Amino acid sequence: MSTAGSPLLAGLEQRAQLAAPPGLGRQVLSAPLAGLEQRAQLAAPPGQWDFVGYFRSHTSDVMSLLGQHVWLAVIPVVLGLIIALPVGYVARRFSWTYPPLVSIAGLLYTIPSIALFVLAPGILGTQILDPVNVLFPLTIYTVALLVRVVADGLASVPTDVLQSATAMGYGSFARLIRVELPIAVPVISTGLRVAAVSNVGLVTVATAIGTAQLGQLFSTGLQMSSFRSYYAPIVLGIVLCLLLALVLDGAIVVGTRLLTPWRRVVRPS
Amino acid sequence: MISGVIDFLTDPAQWSGPRGIPTRLGEHLYFSVIALVIAIVVALPVGLLIGHTGRGVAAVSLVVNAVRSLPSFGLLIFFVVLLSPLITGKNNLVYLLPTEVVLVLLALPSILGNTVAGVQNADAAARDAATGMGMTSSQVLFQVELPNAMPLIISGLRSATLQVIATATIASYVSLGGLGRYVFTGLAQQDYSQMAAGAVLVAGLALFVDLLLALVQRFVVSPGVSGRFSARAGTAPAATVTTENPVPAVA
Repeated sequence: MSTAGSPLLAGLEQRAQLAAPPGLGRQVLSAPLAGLEQRAQLAAPPGQWDFVGYFRSHTSDVMSLLGQHVWLAVIPVVLGLIIALPVGYVARRFSWTYPPLVSIAGLLYTIPSIALFVLAPGILGTQILDPVNVLFPLTIYTVALLVRVVADGLASVPTDVLQSATAMGYGSFARLIRVELPIAVPVISTGLRVAAVSNVGLVTVATAIGTAQLGQLFSTGLQMSSFRSYYAPIVLGIVLCLLLALVLDGAIVVGTRLLTPWRRVVRPS
Repeated sequence: MISGVIDFLTDPAQWSGPRGIPTRLGEHLYFSVIALVIAIVVALPVGLLIGHTGRGVAAVSLVVNAVRSLPSFGLLIFFVVLLSPLITGKNNLVYLLPTEVVLVLLALPSILGNTVAGVQNADAAARDAATGMGMTSSQVLFQVELPNAMPLIISGLRSATLQVIATATIASYVSLGGLGRYVFTGLAQQDYSQMAAGAVLVAGLALFVDLLLALVQRFVVSPGVSGRFSARAGTAPAATVTTENPVPAVA
């Protein structure tokens, strides 16, 4: 198993050498290793869990990673929704297209994100560090998730509501925009929430191809743990990802409430 | 790009030796199968019990959602940093143990959540009828609720499997073998063909395993539940509710 080139393993091997019984080799090694240990202590400050302290001392770096992360997570959700609405409508309107469209969507979902991140530059002809390589796969996932949700959401509109709308003189397009879509909003928003929350986690995988976002805190933490475990950047990254997922989820819930004011009236309280 | 990938995949040198594709594929499957077996052994009985008794259903959905929103890549690095100092000696275990912990952790929610949901969604009339016929509580669970829950359990297993295969790829980032090795070695060597070949192999493996589990689903799910009756029975397929939820392959 190839283990060359891992910062962690390099640290472990050196630690193993330090632990070796005193002898000739130990004496020869001790001088350079003492220097390495000091450097390790500089690299990993004492508060190994102090992620708040890490945030304070690296605020501008972390905020720019967070900013990148927000864009990489949000743009695919917006683009995905814009693409999935017409496709989902087609899947609902022409029922023979539903099984193939849903199967294709499921197949796309099966491909691991890291594979799509790596293949994107080859498919699109972009540079490997181009953020489009992250936006493209995440948009595909969002579309794959939402096509079925949009189709099922439109299918959930009661027939008598459709008939009433037609009887009131709505044309098919006006009925879609002003009656069917608003009623489907709660179902679509459920899918949108899943897409947004999973995108936040998926974006971190793009560290594998070097795109700047919160996932870099994980690789930084791994590198700084060569000699002594240093959790601060890793925990900070996880906490910020969770917070971001929570905020995006909350934003979609609030947006859904604003778009569906009639649902509040029904509630007893 | 495509010709580079094909060259890499058809190079006989890549198909043998300790760094060859069969070895990497074997490693990838090995990590994945260990994690899935542990996850099934833990999640299936617990899920059946919780679904059957109805106790702790809210707690399960809370835990399932919390684990799902955790970034798997961060979790992986966290456990490597946390656990590797505790292991001395064997190098492989240093990477294997944290990776397996993370893979199990990521596989649990889908299997547990879907098992609970499957048992809970079993037709109440069928459950009542079974009790009325004199079945004991455990007979109801294993002869009525479990077969009814089977489609959801298998679909949970399918999404857990995809999740595990995807995350096992990222695990190569912390120097474990597996197909992800091609992606990260290729990245380090600026060899895009190798990276892309790794990605193609991972995608192919995921699709193949998912197809295999789809076949398993056909055999394991009772025709009474799936609505697939033999022609001999002469009955029209019952319009059963197939609640296959497409759980995203996070990671």
